[in-house]
Amino acid sequence: MTTILEIEDLAVHFPISIGTVRAVEGVNLNLEQGEVMGLVGETGCGKSTLGFSILRILRPPGKIVKGKILYHGQDIVQMNEKEILSLRGKRIAMIFQDPLTSLNPLFRIDEQFTETLLTHEKGLDRKTAFNRAERMLETLGISPERLLEYPHQMSGGMRQRIMIGMGLILNPDLLIADEPTTSLDVIVEAQFLDLLNDLRKHYNLTILLITHNLGNVAQLADRITVMYGGTIAEIGPAKAIFGDPLHPYTQGLLSSIPNIKLDQPKLMTMLGSPPDLVNPPSGCVFHPRCPRAMEICGREKPDVLKKNGRLVTCWLYG
Amino acid sequence: MGNLARYIITRVLLTIPMVFILLSTVFVVLRIMPGDPVGTMLGGHAPESVIEKKKEELGLNRPIPIQYLDYLWQVCRLDLGNSMVFKQRVTKAIAEKLPATIELTTFAMIITILFGVFMGAYAADKRRSLQDNIIRLYGIVIFCIPVYWLGLMFQLIFGIWLDILPIAGRTGPRVFASTFEKTGFYVLDTILIGDFSALRDVLIHLILPSFTLGMVLSGIFVRLTRANMLDVLKADYILAAEARGLEHRKIVYKHALKNAFIPVLTMFGLQFALLMAGAVLTESTFSWPGMGRLLLERIYLRDYPTIQGVIIMFALIVAMVSLIVDIIYAVVDPRIRY
Amino acid sequence: MRLTTPAEAMARALSRFTGMGRRYGVEWWILLAGALIVLVILAMAVFSGAIAPFNPHNQDAGPQLAPPGGKHLMGTDNLQRDVWSRIVHGSQTILRVAVLAAIISSLLGIILGLISGFSGGIFDRVLSLIMDSVYSFPGLILAIAFAAMLGPGVINITLAVAVIYIPTYFRLVRSQTLSIKEELYVEAARAIGASGPTILWQYIFPNVIATTVVVYTLNVADAIMIEAALTYLGLGLPPDIVDWGMDLAMGKKFLPSGHWWLITFPGAMISILALGFTMLGEGLAEILNPRLLER
Repeated sequence: MTTILEIEDLAVHFPISIGTVRAVEGVNLNLEQGEVMGLVGETGCGKSTLGFSILRILRPPGKIVKGKILYHGQDIVQMNEKEILSLRGKRIAMIFQDPLTSLNPLFRIDEQFTETLLTHEKGLDRKTAFNRAERMLETLGISPERLLEYPHQMSGGMRQRIMIGMGLILNPDLLIADEPTTSLDVIVEAQFLDLLNDLRKHYNLTILLITHNLGNVAQLADRITVMYGGTIAEIGPAKAIFGDPLHPYTQGLLSSIPNIKLDQPKLMTMLGSPPDLVNPPSGCVFHPRCPRAMEICGREKPDVLKKNGRLVTCWLYG
Repeated sequence: MGNLARYIITRVLLTIPMVFILLSTVFVVLRIMPGDPVGTMLGGHAPESVIEKKKEELGLNRPIPIQYLDYLWQVCRLDLGNSMVFKQRVTKAIAEKLPATIELTTFAMIITILFGVFMGAYAADKRRSLQDNIIRLYGIVIFCIPVYWLGLMFQLIFGIWLDILPIAGRTGPRVFASTFEKTGFYVLDTILIGDFSALRDVLIHLILPSFTLGMVLSGIFVRLTRANMLDVLKADYILAAEARGLEHRKIVYKHALKNAFIPVLTMFGLQFALLMAGAVLTESTFSWPGMGRLLLERIYLRDYPTIQGVIIMFALIVAMVSLIVDIIYAVVDPRIRY
Repeated sequence: MRLTTPAEAMARALSRFTGMGRRYGVEWWILLAGALIVLVILAMAVFSGAIAPFNPHNQDAGPQLAPPGGKHLMGTDNLQRDVWSRIVHGSQTILRVAVLAAIISSLLGIILGLISGFSGGIFDRVLSLIMDSVYSFPGLILAIAFAAMLGPGVINITLAVAVIYIPTYFRLVRSQTLSIKEELYVEAARAIGASGPTILWQYIFPNVIATTVVVYTLNVADAIMIEAALTYLGLGLPPDIVDWGMDLAMGKKFLPSGHWWLITFPGAMISILALGFTMLGEGLAEILNPRLLER
């Protein structure tokens, strides 16, 4: 298995009027070719920011302040304008949460496809581009005549499939999906995940699935990364993480999912609230809420430790 | 495309009541004014009997509702009456001067949109920079400059001190009137005849007046476009376009601007009235022989029917433009028609 | 209580200014700049007698068509009058007309808007239609028609300018009245028996006032432009009144011979005064708006 993406010690900060938000701090992550990596965490943990950083489409005032993102050995953080433009959409693609607002309402679907194709393959003629768009729609299970429609004329599920189509039209290695099912209803969501799985096999795609929905991840992911407060808590195979979560945050996350098989008189919650990323807690960022916090947790940031075939950032295992 | 046609027809039909209301307003405005136009016209010291006779002649003695209906009937037949001062049908007088005004306002419109929209988009793109602040300042200041003063200053600088542009009229002295028989739109006429030196002369005469009028109104568009662009640039589809590797310039000036332009377009329909008002002042300053100057001329001469006719014409133009803008809106934004 | 020295008082005022500036950003400075301009020209109008070195009607103040310099800050015109003195006195006319016209407009527009919005029905429908059509019509042309019909005079020109802005206030107040009318607290007031006029006065009017102030300021800026345009076209005032627009029209004739000071200064003053009110209005709008939302 080859590693296609290596994120080394990445830090992303947002300087705003009340201070600097440390959205991502000291993140190390590798993506292997062909796998689906689920990136989970609660809102504000930095997972979307991490996704945006890979393509360097951070919204101002966000900035990558430290670290490397190596794609096939080349550092994305250091790339110039031309290099990054040819990377986006072509080698690494991204799809977003709300397909209605992610498609330009004033342009027809086929125009949006052809534009993407022509941007990256300069010599292409319109007819060929149109045909490729047609074929893509067929692969997605959408009738090609819908190419001549506008985004608002389609249903939510169809729009989301169009989004995938636009992402995959140039056959990228890596697809980053940022909360792709949040705006879909449950049935459409299931269809969407199946589609994603099929496409993954068809195109030999690597997928970084960013979501707060653990159900999605359970279905699709090979490996899971759990993020909290801008840092990584745990990385490991999906089965292992679900079966035997090591990091106290992961444990809390999984136990807060209602289980229909258990006889639960009360729903489990985690104490406390998400950390203030302008003034993060000292030491381990989770320690104020951790039911198993030790004295050292408040003093020093834990190292990344290997245990049971996984990487955990927790003093319990050091 | 059936949807578009249906929308257009509906919209055209809606224009009729709007025109009706405008005409009624003009009628009311010109009748309820205190002061006696007939009396003033006859010199202010004419004896009662003469005034009464003249009034009867003009039908001003009849009850107001009758006058109103008669007025509407006349307008429908495109009969705007006869001038009280010259032996001339009002419609003919207007028809002579209308092309000049339309030419002026068209070119001014082009300048306004070019200046306003692109400066606004540029400012939004370079937010918070020096260029942005300068452009924002321009947006506020330019509208406070009286259009006639700007015109006079331009005349001073380019016409008197630098002496490179003409300051009055539509053409120079060496061009013959017969060149402009066909449409009255000098730019068109000269092209149709193929007289390119006359075309050059006409265009040079158009420069100062249209720039003056165009620039003063561009301020509003700068601010509007900038504000809309700032909103649009935050949208998800812009982020998605960036993620697909599209160049920055294309994203700003194709994707963002097209979306930002729509509310600006609606505003344009409303601002057209300002364009007309500005045209009157510009025509006066540059001795431009259009409807604005006709209006002013006839006001001095107390030519009541012509004054009414010109104002009706302005009202109709405003209604027409509003219609056209709505149609363009439907063409550009597909969400309206489906 | 500690007595403060003038220096301390000034320092405290200054810090409060900059504090506001930091809080509201550039809009505060725009507001201040606008207020400053308006106050200066207001002072010019109030104290014209003291500021102007010559009587503006004095046709023997100096040589004919003298360029700026020496005793004549802005030169003299073709009737040997001092331009600077005419500028100073001219501020009275334009301010008087614009401010007064805006007051008349606002009173009529607000009252009609409140009544129309509150009572609804046919009256509201008809009045709205009329107001909308006047609103969409080019204001200046309407003002020209009015001024032409009414004849010259300060009162007449004030009325001509006032009429065209009534729809602006009407529409604003009416829409606000309509939305506030639907609010729950008005329903509650009605439930406990409050009468129409009471509701109007106690609930709707205060909400409407804040936006109206902003509109009023911008209205004055606009009225300044219209007044100057009307007098420039020769439509508003008799020649014995000192007015910037009229001076522009007179000075226009001497442009081809290069006597630039006759048009540059009056025009610049019109622009500056209009700009002052505009900046005041824009600054107020930005600052009042967030506060309105907080409420």
